[in-house]
Amino acid sequence: MMVVTVLAIVLQRNLFSVVVLAGIYSFLMATVLLALDAVDVAMTEASVGAGISTVLLLGALYLCGGEEAKPLHRPWLPLGVALLIVAALVYGTFGLPEFSDPLAPFHTHVVPRYLEQALKETGVPNVVTAVLASYRGYDTLGETVVVFTAGIGVIALLRRTRRREEDR
Amino acid sequence: MRRQMVLRVVGKLFIPYMLLFALYVQFHGDFGPGGGFQAGVIAAAAIIFYALIFGLPAARRLAPDAVVEAMVALGVLLYAGVGVAGMVLGGNYLDYFVLDRDPVAGQHRGIFWVEAGVGTTVTGVMLKIFYMFAGRGRGLEER
Repeated sequence: MMVVTVLAIVLQRNLFSVVVLAGIYSFLMATVLLALDAVDVAMTEASVGAGISTVLLLGALYLCGGEEAKPLHRPWLPLGVALLIVAALVYGTFGLPEFSDPLAPFHTHVVPRYLEQALKETGVPNVVTAVLASYRGYDTLGETVVVFTAGIGVIALLRRTRRREEDR
Repeated sequence: MRRQMVLRVVGKLFIPYMLLFALYVQFHGDFGPGGGFQAGVIAAAAIIFYALIFGLPAARRLAPDAVVEAMVALGVLLYAGVGVAGMVLGGNYLDYFVLDRDPVAGQHRGIFWVEAGVGTTVTGVMLKIFYMFAGRGRGLEER
């Protein structure tokens, strides 16, 4: 299903349908994450990937038109680079522990401690929230600052152009 | 899209529940899936939905630019403030167990406020980005 969606996105020249297909892809990704028991991530994927970014992309399309321009160059060099990276990534996966291997390092390092102690130490039954907000509080603070910076950046960029238009 | 009867009625029916669901995800994130980030996105989506149906000016009246911009900064300040509060009460930065006499209750309180900060910032940023995009050109809503 996901492969079909991606192929459709690549082959499609009408950007409106590309945006809609990307939303569908996000929903499929959310179901995959749900199947992997990552409910929190699935929720984020569905709401951000399929919801907000679709709306923002449609807004962008309204501003710049809905047909993809013909490519100026032959795609062989980018294709080669992409294939090289794919090969490197696939080679990298051979070094990973097997899927659902209980002895994998990330299952034996801090995870058991989080799973056993989180409820006792934080009183929060959802371990994801406990790890996110308490054990990894600094990381989440950093993430929030990143979101903040993104918002400030968009404000700074778009507002300046608007003011310049008013000057004319 | 302002003259679409079906959309208006369905929107009016659904938007309150979307906001309610956002609050549920925000404050129930300790017990079920969800948390500040997801809740912020859902709340922003509800208001964006409102803006698409009833027009950007209506949404701007509902959530004015000044409020949205303040939310962007307030969330981060709230999060950082929780850390400072922990320091004032004698712990390290972002230590929650000093926030209450019972360490577990203190953790709970810390997580609550931190998630509230995340939710506030995310709602603000999402709405602001949408306003910025939709407000350019003639705007999405005036079709």
